[in-house]
Amino acid sequence: MRLKYFAWVRERIGKTEETIEPPAGVQTVEELMAWLAGRGETYAHAFETPRVIRAAIDHAHVKPDAAIAGAREIAFFPPMTGG
Amino acid sequence: MTAAVTIRIQEADFDIAREISALAKGRSDIGAVVSFSGICRGSEDGASIAALTLEHYPGMAEAEIARHAETAMSRWPLSGISVIHRVGRITPGENIVLVLTASQHRQAAFEAAEFLMDYLKANAPFWKRVDGAEGGSWVDAREHDEGAAARWTKS
Repeated sequence: MRLKYFAWVRERIGKTEETIEPPAGVQTVEELMAWLAGRGETYAHAFETPRVIRAAIDHAHVKPDAAIAGAREIAFFPPMTGG
Repeated sequence: MTAAVTIRIQEADFDIAREISALAKGRSDIGAVVSFSGICRGSEDGASIAALTLEHYPGMAEAEIARHAETAMSRWPLSGISVIHRVGRITPGENIVLVLTASQHRQAAFEAAEFLMDYLKANAPFWKRVDGAEGGSWVDAREHDEGAAARWTKS
C-alpha cells in the first residue's frame, strides 16, 4: 500500500510518500502508526503523539480503529488548518 | 434548473465579482448569493508574519469539498455552490478561500455558506505554515473550528 504524509508529519519523516507492506499483525490505522513509529528516529518523532494525527484511507477520513485491509492509499497528517 | 457546483484548488488569486457572475449567469431562479472570503491576516497569535504557505492533499481535498457541497445541497434548497481554495504562498491581505452559495431566498444561502466554511476548516485537508522572520511554523488547529463543524450535526 502507498503511504502519504503531509505538513509536519511529512517534514518529520522527510518523505512525501512511500510504498510499504506492513506485517500481517498490523490491522488497524493505530497499529500501523505504532509499527511505523518503530521504523526509526524520524518516524518515532512523527508519530510520538498518535492521538493528534489524523488519517485517511483512499481519500476519506477514518478513525484510529479503522481496518487497513484493502487500502490502496493511507495518508497521515496533523489536524487541518485550511479555510 | 439543476444546481451548479464549482470546486477549484489553485495557486492563482480569484476575482470575487467574476465568480459571482459566473455562478448566476443566465439564470432567473437565483434571488440570493452569499459570498464568504477568507483573507490572509498580517499576524498570527500576535506575531507579524511575512506570508502563509498552504499545503493540500490533492485528490482528497477536492473529494472532501465535493462531499460537503453535496451535503449542503441536500440540506438547503440551493441553486449553486462555488468553492475556491488557494494553495502555495499567500501574503497578508491576499485571498485564501472563497465560498459562494446561491439560492432563491437568502436564509438558505446564508446558512449553507456558514455550514460549508465550518466543515471546510475542520475537515478539508489543507494546512497553513507561517513563514516568519525566524523560519516556518505550522499553524495549530483551533478546537473552536472542530466545535463549529460539530454543531451542524445536532439538528
